[in-house]
Amino acid sequence: MKFAKKIYVALIFLFLYAPIGTLIVLSFNASKTRSKWGGFTVKWYVSLFQDETILQALGMTLLIALLSALAATVIGTISCVAMNNMKRRTRAVLMGVTNIPMLNADIVTGISLMLLFISFGLRFGFGTILLSHITFNIPYVILCIMPKMKQFNPSVYEAALDLGASHITAFFKVMLPDLAPGILSGFLMAFTMSLDDFIITHFTKGAGIDTLSTKIYTEVKKGIKPEMYALSTIIFVTVLVLLFLVNAAPDKKQDAVL
Amino acid sequence: MKYKKNILAAPYVLWSALFIIIPLCMIFYYGLTDKSGAFTMENILAIASVGHAKALWRSLLLSLISTILCFLLAYPLAMILAGKKGNQTGFIILIFILPMWMNFLLRTLAWQTLLEKTGVINGILSFLGLPPLRIINTSYAIVLGMVYNFLPFMVLPLYNALAKIDENIINAAKDLGANKIQTFFRIILPLSVPGIISGVTMVFVPALTTFVISTLLGGSKVLLIGNVIEQEFTQASNWHLGSGLSIVLMIFIIINMLVTALLEKE
Amino acid sequence: MQKELIKLEHISKSFDGQMVLDDLSLNIHENEFMTLLGPSGCGKTTTLRILGGFVNPDTGKVIFDGADITNVPPNKRHLNTVFQKYALFTHMTIAENIAFGLKIKNKPKSYIDDKIKYALKLVNLEGYEKRMPDSLSGGQQQRIAIARAIVNEPKVLLLDEPLGALDLKLRQEMQYELIRMKNELGITFIYVTHDQEEALTMSDTIVVMNQGYIQQIGSPESIYNEPENAFVADFIGDSNIIAATMIQDKLVEILGARFACVDTGFGTKKPVDVVIRPEDVELVEPECGTIKGVVTHLIFKGVHYEMEVMANGFEWLVHSTVLSPVGKEVGIKVDPFNIQIMNKPESEDEEAIAIEI
Repeated sequence: MKFAKKIYVALIFLFLYAPIGTLIVLSFNASKTRSKWGGFTVKWYVSLFQDETILQALGMTLLIALLSALAATVIGTISCVAMNNMKRRTRAVLMGVTNIPMLNADIVTGISLMLLFISFGLRFGFGTILLSHITFNIPYVILCIMPKMKQFNPSVYEAALDLGASHITAFFKVMLPDLAPGILSGFLMAFTMSLDDFIITHFTKGAGIDTLSTKIYTEVKKGIKPEMYALSTIIFVTVLVLLFLVNAAPDKKQDAVL
Repeated sequence: MKYKKNILAAPYVLWSALFIIIPLCMIFYYGLTDKSGAFTMENILAIASVGHAKALWRSLLLSLISTILCFLLAYPLAMILAGKKGNQTGFIILIFILPMWMNFLLRTLAWQTLLEKTGVINGILSFLGLPPLRIINTSYAIVLGMVYNFLPFMVLPLYNALAKIDENIINAAKDLGANKIQTFFRIILPLSVPGIISGVTMVFVPALTTFVISTLLGGSKVLLIGNVIEQEFTQASNWHLGSGLSIVLMIFIIINMLVTALLEKE
Repeated sequence: MQKELIKLEHISKSFDGQMVLDDLSLNIHENEFMTLLGPSGCGKTTTLRILGGFVNPDTGKVIFDGADITNVPPNKRHLNTVFQKYALFTHMTIAENIAFGLKIKNKPKSYIDDKIKYALKLVNLEGYEKRMPDSLSGGQQQRIAIARAIVNEPKVLLLDEPLGALDLKLRQEMQYELIRMKNELGITFIYVTHDQEEALTMSDTIVVMNQGYIQQIGSPESIYNEPENAFVADFIGDSNIIAATMIQDKLVEILGARFACVDTGFGTKKPVDVVIRPEDVELVEPECGTIKGVVTHLIFKGVHYEMEVMANGFEWLVHSTVLSPVGKEVGIKVDPFNIQIMNKPESEDEEAIAIEI
């Protein structure tokens, strides 16, 4: 029975990670077509750093992920504090609205934002992508912080006031450190979601601007540049190493983040 | 204790009104009007046309199959993972989140390489003397792509629900004479219902509405309702029709939520 | 009595339309150990939170040392609170916890260090500076919560059921500790609890509260021995509360038998309630008692036996060091001094007014 369990888990992980393995293998494939193995090479890793358009898309992807995750984290944290003090019914309504982007289909969220930007006459481009990403990131941040908020003992905050702290001091010195793990995981979650998003970006980006996702999508028909495989391998391995280091660190607080 | 904190809610209330509520209203506005701005039901009734109805039916069928497959694959996995000693939640979430750091379009495309006529899987099959698998550019490949992409969304809520069950509840059931199968169906399964519900929603909705997976793995042969809507917006520029079909899509999402909510009550 | 330090004047407060405090007035003196005692929902914690500044009263005033502080925020008040379940800052060391209030007031480092030492000595936890709150036991965390409050030299310390989370033995120990600390500090303690034994042990003054009203204010002895109404009698200790008729001054008819008592001024043939503490009921030979009964239950409680005696249709609760077996016929006798006569409350409001005196 134990053996069967192990086999089962192994098969599922094979299923999940087989495409990733495939992509890593392809990044070392000398042949330009996906379907043939043309020998081992690292030339795509070299040419990657000369490919302006890919580097630009990478920069754009990271910038949007970083900015949208930061903005969503700030807005999300503030609204969690606010929601915690709300009457139950008001809070339920706002949480319901918060859940809409998560429960609704990405395609509907994408086109709804597209229609909004069109009727406001906004120019499609960096700004519209950023606004959209902040919008779908906030719910993830709230989702990560709210449980920590509910665990937070309001007496601790009151104790800080009682000892003479102002509301701002009490928030930064007492409440924020308690919420920190939730805020950090909310930020990471938002960053990941933004990085991986294609559908919403697809509808809210303008011509001439691309994230990695949209660039790959346009390349699908004419064939993916092998440099893309090299880039995603680099990203994947970097994240893997980072996570390994964080997990290996003995600090308990960091463990709680993951 | 009203420390004027209600002001703090203002930014997000404003944001959600502007970027969640109003955009949704716009879909309804476009969906229920024609190009001249007059009210019409045509965009919604357009779902009945042969091509659209077929795409919707196919989407429903494929997403339903994918959801069931995800559930059947994920439940045993979640049980095995939840049965592990010690708190491994962090590690398990990590394992399932990690693939997200490799672009999902590329990961899905990688299945092309694996499934192709001369691809890796068929190479292994022919080496074993088995007949080749010819599913690329068919509905089967799309189902596979859906299960692959959305399996983590089924595993995580199931794992969370199962890991929460107190071991003593299961012990109590055994103590009262239930065997393994009875314990599973009478105790474990009912207690994991919240996990099942969020898992089903998190798989069914994106599977029903996807247009990417069908584009990447279905060739251009298999159209889903998501593809139809996407084309109305990006190619045909008929936002009214696209919005109308989106409303239909949302109706199915709401039906799914209602059904799961009803199941939860029981 | 010392001079008055805090006056609560006509405080009312309701939450979501539900009245929690109704026109409450209370004077608190310097160096007093005052306990607000009552069942949950009686308004005692709300009273404390109004004193601490965490709740604003709907009407009424809080006067502190002659100044109106009703609208002063908690961080500007000269009183400190020891919270239920301690509310320590778990991400700070013990020393940082204690130093929190002093740092906010920008006290010099040497002063803060001295204060931490002094406070830890006061609560018997010297050498714990570098420890984290999570590594301490409940009782130790409680002491740190007190240390954190008192380093700010408040004139009043508010304690919100501080011993509620501790086990019985520790709770009794901490009761003595608290009395010692209060004497050492020479400040006012306002203490909230639902535990009558705690209140009786520690307080100078007990305020018994119920349903937003003060039921009785007095020393532990007077509260215990002379409860002013059935609620107080019932809430403080075990007691036999029996409907009776005042025949005339110093004579009361209980369950058809006439008992001598010492109270006067209740009128004649007036319905009243009498309170008789179980330890004041004497069991004697049947023919020597005022009324006769039969022992129906018997439990050994350690210091005494607890018995129930059925007599004239009432189940009397009796505490005695002498055992009377179940089924034995006994006589019941009560010393006139031990019969406490109370007016019958006609309505809740009247009950409240009657005791505000």
